[in-house]
Amino acid sequence: MSVNKETVAKIAGLARIKMGDDELERMVPELNNILDWVEQLGEVNVEGVEPMTAVIPNTLRLRDDVVDADPLTGGGKRDDVLANAPAAEHGFFGVPKVIE
Amino acid sequence: MTDLTNLGVKAIRDGVAGGDFTAREVAEAFNAAVAQAAELNAFIVTTPEHALAAADATDAKRAAGEDLGAMGGVPIGMKDLFASHGVQTTAASDILGGFKPEYESTVSQNLWNAGAGMLGKLNLDQFAMGSSNETSAFGNVASPWRKTGSNAAMSPGGSSGGSSAAVASRIAPAATGTDTGGSIRQPAAFTGICGIKPTYGRCSRWGVVAFASSLDQAGPMARSVEDCSIMLGAMAGFDAKDATSLKMDVPDWEAALSADLKGKKVGIPKEYRMEGTDQEILDSWEQGKAWLKDAGAEVVDVSLPHTKYALPAYYIIAPAEASSNLARYDGVRYGLRDLPDGAGLQDMYAETRAAGFGDEVKRRILIGTYVLSAGFYDAYYNQAQKVRALVSRDFENAFAECDLILAPTTPTASFPLGSLNDDPLTMYLNDVFAVPASLAGLPAMSVPASLNADGLPLGLQLVGRPFDEQSVLNAGLAIQQRAGFDHAPKKWW
Repeated sequence: MSVNKETVAKIAGLARIKMGDDELERMVPELNNILDWVEQLGEVNVEGVEPMTAVIPNTLRLRDDVVDADPLTGGGKRDDVLANAPAAEHGFFGVPKVIE
Repeated sequence: MTDLTNLGVKAIRDGVAGGDFTAREVAEAFNAAVAQAAELNAFIVTTPEHALAAADATDAKRAAGEDLGAMGGVPIGMKDLFASHGVQTTAASDILGGFKPEYESTVSQNLWNAGAGMLGKLNLDQFAMGSSNETSAFGNVASPWRKTGSNAAMSPGGSSGGSSAAVASRIAPAATGTDTGGSIRQPAAFTGICGIKPTYGRCSRWGVVAFASSLDQAGPMARSVEDCSIMLGAMAGFDAKDATSLKMDVPDWEAALSADLKGKKVGIPKEYRMEGTDQEILDSWEQGKAWLKDAGAEVVDVSLPHTKYALPAYYIIAPAEASSNLARYDGVRYGLRDLPDGAGLQDMYAETRAAGFGDEVKRRILIGTYVLSAGFYDAYYNQAQKVRALVSRDFENAFAECDLILAPTTPTASFPLGSLNDDPLTMYLNDVFAVPASLAGLPAMSVPASLNADGLPLGLQLVGRPFDEQSVLNAGLAIQQRAGFDHAPKKWW
């Protein structure tokens, strides 16, 4: 499988990265080289093999059902959360108007 | 007094504890060395005041007769992928320009709790994506090493290239690294130092800028196996804030270090004998076998049949996870925002990400987005995850016949900066020996073995069973004692 400029433009759109014509054209052969190379995975017989989702066997834990079980990741952090926002207003993240 | 910057972690810790010198003297010496080494471009931000404050705290504890901690009085470099409270943390990307976390990563906090101090935030490949430290938004890092008779700038490896350059040039006794597909081991090998990636889950990922979450693992980089074992002990430990953190006790790796390998079987994977590998690398591998035999180990041949598929599987899985992880950089919550006049929300996302991400990051996000997109998910992503299971199974089978695996860390020594930039694929091949252990989540270490004919360091890699960092460190120690690698780069910076 290989990609053309239209496909790359579509992927860039999905990934929310603006790309001009030049950049799209430059990406086409670069991505195709990589995709051609990963194509060799198709040779591997994977019959009956489950896709790996966890490298080290581990069980997902449940935390205690209490408020602010971990003070570092609990609530009451509004100002900290907003401290690095490019535009924070009235205790919220500011974004351009999304409703006409 | 001896030059304090020649000392490693253990020597500094023991010297401070024993009163041979103060932690403040150590911090001052390294701060000065860092300030003098701007040409290496190893640091993005320096924090001499942090190192001094930690040193003063250690000296005060000593005066009060208190315990100084496993890293008491040791100033270190912090890869700029770990969130540092109040200190700019960028992952070497413009998209995090000016970001000052309101929190501290678990691993770095563990190190401060153990008495370490911070010399500064170390340069790296942007979002840890790279093998040469040439994708940083803050410029290339230059290796302190150069070929004999040449002034060409060499790559310190990547992505932990600031870490490797700083430790090898003796402007830091040790540094943190992170390894997703070789980013601790390859730079360690390129610069003649040690670096270990522990079992996946040993070190908390909380507060580490995410690249590929199923692979990312922090570890120490230092000039000796002993120093790595001390620092890994300080970094590791269960953390409820990381869902994949291992709920296991951290062994006292330092106390249990032993170079006696009697009864250990070391496997030599025949598939690692690849075309394109330097003869010098193969020779050093042979030398490594002889050293381990000399230490009492038995050397056996093993097979890891899916080795050649590990790297292409990695270059599907890692970009797929990265494309998802890096979706968070949206110009809303932190870092860069690019909002042209009259632009809407969607335009803001696309403009911000176009301006903030470097080329290699964009390339990997696009690959990841593509392999996860409807119609291609099964052919690419699912297939890669199945191959990953097979790579992991290969190791399980091999570890039925041996306790450890010995292999080269890299197929070549370091290369000149700029020499591999034309084709991303040739750059990716640097990690061909490192990636399989990453896919399987196994502990793996690089230790320096020798210099090649150009005077550049070569590393040997040890891979162990899950949770068996001790055997990896022990074999590393056996190699270290026999290799007697005490070469240092000639100072030019």
